[in-house]
Amino acid sequence: MEVFVQQLINGVTLGAVYGLIAIGYTMVFGIIGMVNFAHGDVFMISAFVALICFMAVTALAGMTGGAVFLALLVALIVSMIVTSLFSWTIERVAYRKLRGSFRLAPLISAIGMSILLMNFVQVAQGARNKPIPPIMRDTIRLFEKDGFVVAISYKQILIILVTALLLGIFWYVVQKTPLGRAQRACEQDQKMAALLGINVDRTIAVTFIMGAALAAVAGTMFLTYYGVVVFSDGFVPGVKAFTAAVLGGIGSLPGAVLGGMLIGLIETFWSAYFSIDYKDVAAFSILAIVLIFMPQGLLGKPEVEKV
Amino acid sequence: MRALTDPILKVQNLTMRFGGLVAVNDLTFTAGRGDITALIGPNGAGKTTVFNCITGFYKPTTGRMALRHGSIDIDAHVERLTDTPNDHVTNAEGSLYLLERMPDFHVSARAKVARTFQNIRLFSGMTVLENLMVAQHNPLMVASNWTIGGLLGFAGFRKREKAAIETAKYWLEKTKLIDRADDPAGDLPYGDQRRLEIARAMCTEPVLLCLDEPAAGLNPRESLELNALLRSIRDDHGTSLLLIEHDMSVVMEISDHVVVLDYGTKISDGTPEQVKSDPKVIAAYLGAEDEAEVEQIEAEVGL
Amino acid sequence: MMMEAPAREPVNFVGLLKDAVFAAAIAFGLFSLMLGLKTDQTLNNQMVLVPRPGLLFTVVGLVFVGRFLIGYWQAINAGKIKKRKAAATPLALKIEKYGTAAFVGFLFVYPMMVLGTAGPSGAIKWIDNFGIQILIYIMLGWGLNIVVGLAGLLDLGYVAFYAVGAYSYALLATSEPVKEFMAGAIGPTFWPLWAFWICLPVAGILAAFWGVLLGFPVLRLRGDYLAIVTLAFGEIIRLVLINWVEFSGGYAGISSIPRPSFFGVPFNATESGFAATFGLEFTPIYRTIFLFYVILILALITAVVSTRLRRLPVGRAWEALREDEIACRSLGINTVNTKLTAFAIGAMFGGFAGAFFAARQGFISPESFVFLESAQILAIVVLGGMGSLLGVVIASILLVGGVELLRELDFLKAYFGDNFDPAQYRMLIFGACMVLMMLWKPRGLISVREPSVFLKEKKAVSSDLVKEGHG
Ligand SMILES: Nc1ncnc2c1ncn2[C@@H]1O[C@H](COP(=O)(O)OP(=O)(O)OP(=O)(O)O)[C@@H](O)[C@H]1O
Ligand SMILES: [Mg+2]
Repeated sequence: MEVFVQQLINGVTLGAVYGLIAIGYTMVFGIIGMVNFAHGDVFMISAFVALICFMAVTALAGMTGGAVFLALLVALIVSMIVTSLFSWTIERVAYRKLRGSFRLAPLISAIGMSILLMNFVQVAQGARNKPIPPIMRDTIRLFEKDGFVVAISYKQILIILVTALLLGIFWYVVQKTPLGRAQRACEQDQKMAALLGINVDRTIAVTFIMGAALAAVAGTMFLTYYGVVVFSDGFVPGVKAFTAAVLGGIGSLPGAVLGGMLIGLIETFWSAYFSIDYKDVAAFSILAIVLIFMPQGLLGKPEVEKV
Repeated sequence: MRALTDPILKVQNLTMRFGGLVAVNDLTFTAGRGDITALIGPNGAGKTTVFNCITGFYKPTTGRMALRHGSIDIDAHVERLTDTPNDHVTNAEGSLYLLERMPDFHVSARAKVARTFQNIRLFSGMTVLENLMVAQHNPLMVASNWTIGGLLGFAGFRKREKAAIETAKYWLEKTKLIDRADDPAGDLPYGDQRRLEIARAMCTEPVLLCLDEPAAGLNPRESLELNALLRSIRDDHGTSLLLIEHDMSVVMEISDHVVVLDYGTKISDGTPEQVKSDPKVIAAYLGAEDEAEVEQIEAEVGL
Repeated sequence: MMMEAPAREPVNFVGLLKDAVFAAAIAFGLFSLMLGLKTDQTLNNQMVLVPRPGLLFTVVGLVFVGRFLIGYWQAINAGKIKKRKAAATPLALKIEKYGTAAFVGFLFVYPMMVLGTAGPSGAIKWIDNFGIQILIYIMLGWGLNIVVGLAGLLDLGYVAFYAVGAYSYALLATSEPVKEFMAGAIGPTFWPLWAFWICLPVAGILAAFWGVLLGFPVLRLRGDYLAIVTLAFGEIIRLVLINWVEFSGGYAGISSIPRPSFFGVPFNATESGFAATFGLEFTPIYRTIFLFYVILILALITAVVSTRLRRLPVGRAWEALREDEIACRSLGINTVNTKLTAFAIGAMFGGFAGAFFAARQGFISPESFVFLESAQILAIVVLGGMGSLLGVVIASILLVGGVELLRELDFLKAYFGDNFDPAQYRMLIFGACMVLMMLWKPRGLISVREPSVFLKEKKAVSSDLVKEGHG
């Protein structure tokens, strides 16, 4: 029971990170029908930007509690801006020209972009693990039984709160603003949307930016939570987040968050109760099983084959 | 109209639902061997859905579709076959197939029902000849010993392939496409593509050919040629035809038997003359709401 | 007919400058943190930031100049009427036919040429790193081409079958029970000498079996979903190889895998070795040359088989499947079986290549079978032009050979200082090339399709008409 509650807390934290990345996959797939393979690496870059900001601010302001909080805030905001810029550039340079052409071309371009970004970071920042000093180590003890302490750390509270807050804002933007309406129109039919005066290019660019901004939140949280990042960190979280998007039903925003939570929970419980070695195997197997037996996901619309 | 005396296909109580929408509602009709049976109705009446059920692309919600080869008595055997888990029964007189039990490719390969599509589906990056060779896949596959003999270059396969090319040539000549045999199918003009699709379907040597709006988008001259082609398929090859068509001149001209659908329900069934003068049909096409209005319209058009 | 050249608009330099400034500003935004500051660890493990303003401004400057030049180039070409791409001619097919033949001829004399020019010690690198390495990728490309290029099934986990082939050979060849059994049955030297030749077909068959096993559940899926599931399977196999240490040796991999013999004659310095048997002086180059010819023959078998398959009903069905699956079903083609054969045959060639790889290296570990390999092979197929054998050759030479060449750029150290390691930029450049090549030629280098059968005249089919498949 105690282990269960503790793992539940850990799983939800991890799930928040996956869910945030998954939204980027789901939105891009929804609007232009492509798997943005480089999104995992965009997430990795966001963690690096956050790392550099955090180090810069703490180098100037020191490591006191207030300074750390300020550093995290700056890291989050700057990372959201710079990562959005990366995502915008990627879409502009590598995808826009290929939109609507041969279906494999954007996918290959995206894979190339993923390799490019990963190796760019390796060359620019080195191949080693990049740790930050331990921060916010305090925890709140929830309860204790037979010597086993169930605790939630400030970090975890922060991650869950920030995620919830940003998801709320994001939800509002997508549901209630003209921008969100334009996005949904482009999802339905780009040509028609263009005829009705919607700037399709801009709408798609904004979609990439929104996805990247949320990935940057995830990246900053990831850095805070694990305290370390390395250039190859984009691939596995990226695939897991994609799994989350598929599990929730690709194209569905609540589905992405739900899927992220499920993947986070499954992964932590698998590690706790079975074998930590096989936790990635478990994630990949879930991906395969979901796609095979339930390709529309939990909240997605089933695809009908029209003859 | 041989639907009663010599049926080839019996559709009974066919219903197809998509969620709440009933696309085909309790449809029963018979197609006669050697007939051109036309299936007509306003847009969205469910005609294509009926085709998709017959050819196995959709599994009907309920209903039975029995098709026979040879002279086996449908009524005598169909109930017994339905009680077994099998999808067909064969005896000395012929075979009887339950189409709703067969996967789509068996409907074509075994029950010998071929079809064309409302929105043309050619292999556009392959040449016209290649399209017709793909249609003869199953016999060629056998002749190539499931690829092994073909890979080793056995003579048997080469001979069979030559024969397949001859078959293709026959149909290309018949559809006046022989000069375009080596061009990509996607390069053909629209009318040629429609005829190529028919030629391709005929290369599977069907007993029943289902054509979904073959005259759509054709000019009057092409339309006339199409009539001749369809008649020839019926008369020279003994293939029965099931035809969806909006162009009434084509329907009235060539069909032996007409079935009319409206909102998924059959509203009329008979010879072209009978159907033409059926008030329900006129109402359906002109969009009348009730009997009174129908009478009014009839009066207007002078019936 | 001559067209009158339209009056060219004067180049708008102010606009170009604006564009270039904008691009430079974006570049500054992107790189000011990621390049301008480097995270470094001091000796006592403190993380510090090292500013690199010089590098940052160089890169931003390059972006400015680059954007300006591209804009200028576009502007001076804007007025020109683009020549309508000539309809695909038989010429393209002739190039493919004779080009391939000439290339194969060249490959057969390649080792001798290199040996003649570079001498035995210098030649190893050229035969091994360039010759064998590229040929492995050509073979893998041709194998995957059956799945992706012909059948239109997007497979991002092809490396799994390469791994199955490699591990099948490595495990069988190093297995003690098998060795003992063979020693008892035939003789103690038999297994180490003949293991490769016996295991090669076994590896192919096992890979094909895995192809069917993995293919069966996923073939209902379409397009990107199929790609992602195959990726997942590829990763699962690799992760299992890492974690199931008793079976595969885990990260440490399998070493001392027997090398192929010259049909029973080993390549070593002993009395019964290849050099002594043929009265030659012993050098390691003989083995390298022999391996070169082995992979060359294997690759050619792949090419011949896939060319023949294309002209058989099964191959035509693959291509038809790529064009329109529903139409295929309406013609009575069992699409599941057809897809499975494509998967199995493609996997089989991957398995052959894997067995060869294990035998050539003498050592394998899961590190050789990462996703990047799959991506690389797929990039070769797509860049080559789907379905074109010659295209795969050109793409392999460009991508694999080009990246290999970067290792040779040591002279650049003279300009950039000793810390400069060009090999470090290999994958960076590789990724950039993938993007650029797709932007330049989304349809691949050779973008015509050769019909499999013709009546009067073989006409090439332009790739604009060829579909890319949905599954
Ligand atoms: N796969 C499907 N899923 C949901 N609804 C479908 C599907 N296929 C057809 N329908 C619906 O069934 C109804 C009948 O469609 P169908 O295509 O059979 O009409 P039709 O008679 O062929 O019309 P048309 O003359 O326009 O071709 C329509 O309302 C259509 O939207
Ligand atoms: Mg229809």
